[in-house]
Amino acid sequence: MPLGLARIGQEVMLVAVHGGRGFLHRMAEMGLTPGVRFRVMSRGVPGPYIVSIKGMRLVLGRGLVHRMLVKPVEEPPSP
Amino acid sequence: MSAPALTIALTGNPNSGKTTIFNALTGGRQHVGNYPGVTVEKIEGRTTHDGRTLRIVDLPGTYSLTPYSVEEVVARDFLFDERPDVVVDILDCANLERNLYLATQLLELGVPLVLAFNMSDVAAARGYRIDVERLSGLLGVPIVETVGHKGEGLGELLDAAVAASRAREQAVAAQRRPNYGTEIEPHVVQMTERVAGALGGARYCRWLAVKLIEGDRVTRRRIRRLCPDGADELIAEGRRLGEHIEGVGGDSPEILFADRRYGFISGACTETVTQTVERRHEISDRIDAVLAHRWVGLPIFVALMYLVFYVTFAVGQVPMHWLEQGFAALGEAIARLWPRGSESLLKSLLIDGVIAGVGGVITFLPNVMLLFLAIAFLEDTGYMARAAFVMDSLMHRIGLHGKSFIPMLIGFGCSVPAILATRTLESRRDRLTTMMIIPLMSCGARLPIYALIIPAFFPAAWQAPMLWAIYFIGIALAVVAAKLLRMTILKGETTPFVMELPPYRMPPAKGLLTHMWERSWMYVRKAGTIILGVSIILWAATTFPRKTQYDKDYAAAETRAVEQYLAEAKGLNRDVGLPAESDLLVSALRGELQMREGQAEHWPGEGGYEQASERKEARMAELASREGGGALKRFLAARDALAAGQQELERAGGDGDTSREYLVAERRYRTVVEQLRARDPGALAAAEAYLDRIRPELRTALSRLAAERRAEELTYSVIGRVGRGLAPLLRPMGFDWRIGTALVGAVAAKEVFVAQLGIVFSVGEEAGSTDTLRRQLRDAYSPLVGFCVMLFTLIATPCAATCLVTWREAKGLRWMALQFGGLTAIAYVLTLAVYQIGRLFG
Repeated sequence: MPLGLARIGQEVMLVAVHGGRGFLHRMAEMGLTPGVRFRVMSRGVPGPYIVSIKGMRLVLGRGLVHRMLVKPVEEPPSP
Repeated sequence: MSAPALTIALTGNPNSGKTTIFNALTGGRQHVGNYPGVTVEKIEGRTTHDGRTLRIVDLPGTYSLTPYSVEEVVARDFLFDERPDVVVDILDCANLERNLYLATQLLELGVPLVLAFNMSDVAAARGYRIDVERLSGLLGVPIVETVGHKGEGLGELLDAAVAASRAREQAVAAQRRPNYGTEIEPHVVQMTERVAGALGGARYCRWLAVKLIEGDRVTRRRIRRLCPDGADELIAEGRRLGEHIEGVGGDSPEILFADRRYGFISGACTETVTQTVERRHEISDRIDAVLAHRWVGLPIFVALMYLVFYVTFAVGQVPMHWLEQGFAALGEAIARLWPRGSESLLKSLLIDGVIAGVGGVITFLPNVMLLFLAIAFLEDTGYMARAAFVMDSLMHRIGLHGKSFIPMLIGFGCSVPAILATRTLESRRDRLTTMMIIPLMSCGARLPIYALIIPAFFPAAWQAPMLWAIYFIGIALAVVAAKLLRMTILKGETTPFVMELPPYRMPPAKGLLTHMWERSWMYVRKAGTIILGVSIILWAATTFPRKTQYDKDYAAAETRAVEQYLAEAKGLNRDVGLPAESDLLVSALRGELQMREGQAEHWPGEGGYEQASERKEARMAELASREGGGALKRFLAARDALAAGQQELERAGGDGDTSREYLVAERRYRTVVEQLRARDPGALAAAEAYLDRIRPELRTALSRLAAERRAEELTYSVIGRVGRGLAPLLRPMGFDWRIGTALVGAVAAKEVFVAQLGIVFSVGEEAGSTDTLRRQLRDAYSPLVGFCVMLFTLIATPCAATCLVTWREAKGLRWMALQFGGLTAIAYVLTLAVYQIGRLFG
């Protein structure tokens, strides 16, 4: 599903990012490579997003909402 | 002979505390902010350690060495071209994985490297346990734990850096690099060998190989420069391997590489970093739940901005008043060096030129300092990045994104650093658009103009909303301008942005004050240099050529006004209780006028001043002894009592004022009136007629003559001629030639506008304070004109410094010309429309 459908508080895994090669490279360098998991912390309508990834907070600009495909991750059962 | 200086480059992610460490090492006072992109240029400092001179270079904060933005280019070019002896990478160890990404790239470069694990106290407090020794072993680089703002670990850091530079070969050989796996690694090794062969074993071969496989354009250019012969072959080989890897790995090589680097990092970290509690963002997240809320965030942002301007104005008022009084006193002290009423060019230069100009600008220092303090606070707490988040949706509509908003906010302080801050924007189109509209953010230098005009024309309750409205108009225009630019010459898709949100922190008061002072000092320095110079030039232009032959005989006109006054006073004889033809009252008033004339030539305290009063007293005594002297004395006493009451009322406040002070004064005044009415109704009626009609008429006539004479002198001067040349252009906006000349000055620096108005209005008068200037403005113009002046100075003609920095940063004279011409044209059209429409509605 596109990132735009993710709920606040949901943990998702990045499946794919659409965009030019340079753009994808930049995303990868920010740690946004396919397979990475992050949690949606806050969002505007329809964007931007604040996500928690690798222990930091990133703002994903509004333009990214429809460019990122994610899939929900099951919450690991709390120990 | 000591050893040559060692060059140490500091690198690190934005917000990792790099600049703090740089300052601690070199004793510098660079600005440290809590948002990405504070250091946009490299900065150098020197220090000595163990007898060696160290040249320390602070590079802009970067997330990687792939140049997307100007600061990344600056950092990468320095590493390649200047070949520092050792690189110190500073990491925020509360955010280790992210920060290590840059370190992996530095490892690939193969430079002697030392890692500084900064903010280790914060990390420990947040429950991170890092096995530094183990990690150091895994990465093959020395790691030093530091706490930048406390200066802990800096000695060890320099020890490690010097040691690494001494044994460079061993240091580099010990380093571990990310391994790209069985599929890719052999190709990287193969490519590295080819590059090493072509370059003759220079440094950076593995890095160059990786970049060639990625197809990096900058690296291709570099290879062409390094070995012009074999370059094409190497590039072709890189492309071939890249395509091969993409076929095998299913993704473009640069993404696979980035993925593997993160894998390498997370491998190293899982073995060495334990996290006891997830607490790092707890407080920040809670604050963000409100400040970065999807609905509430924007109103909070707007309210915060309003608060900033309110504080700037309301709190600034008090010290501003002190400064005004101080400059007025200074002006008078200087004037006293000359006999009173004398003409002197030097006196005029000092008082009407230097004090009116520089003093006029310095008076607004408290406002400017408060504004800078507020901006420093927003920057250092980390709110700036939230503002970018909050504004992203709105900015998107105008074809920009939230990140562009940070330079715009800095633009409220000064356009020059704001334009430099656009370097954080990756896309050139975004950058140019942002640069073009930054001058519409009302900078600190425009504040004095508003601070002069708003209280002159608008009642107290309107002042803060008015200021806010002006700032808001600037923002609104910026929005429209950006939209237009994006639809026309800077067309193109917006590049989405990704930005780190730093955790909130409470900035130390010392830091805030330092930042405020650094920027305020720039303002003071400008007042002492540019504005001083411009003030003197403008003073000369208002003074020369001097007019010697006046069009009108002012002396005769003054005498006529006085005669008229005395004739009217004679009409009061009946009320006073004197025979209609008595000259007693006229003589008394003439005596008063003569005393004033005598006093105008001497300073209080000088002999001549006292003599003039004594002469008048003698005359009064003589008049009182004549027939009807009693009636005269009663009238004069009634007049003085009323005048004193009226003055007290004026001091206490205006009509309709409800302050205690005013009410007391009002009651006292009424009592005086009632007592006079009971005792001597005739003297009361005469005194009222005199104070309300006859004396004001004389004063108006005299000040009108003085103004006419001043205007005649000014019109004759250079500035008058320039101003009048511009007048036909300015008249449709409601501006006269005086405002015109001030606008000419404002092109050099906006604050000059205030200085110049002070000069234009104070010529021929003694040291004018801001309040007198405000009164004169109120007399000369309508509030509508006042508003138009603010509107025009808001939009038109960015100052010289802004133009220059735009030229340099946009790398094109045409962008500067567009900015200057475009803004001036908008200003003209808009102000004209507002003035004409405003006039229709009165």
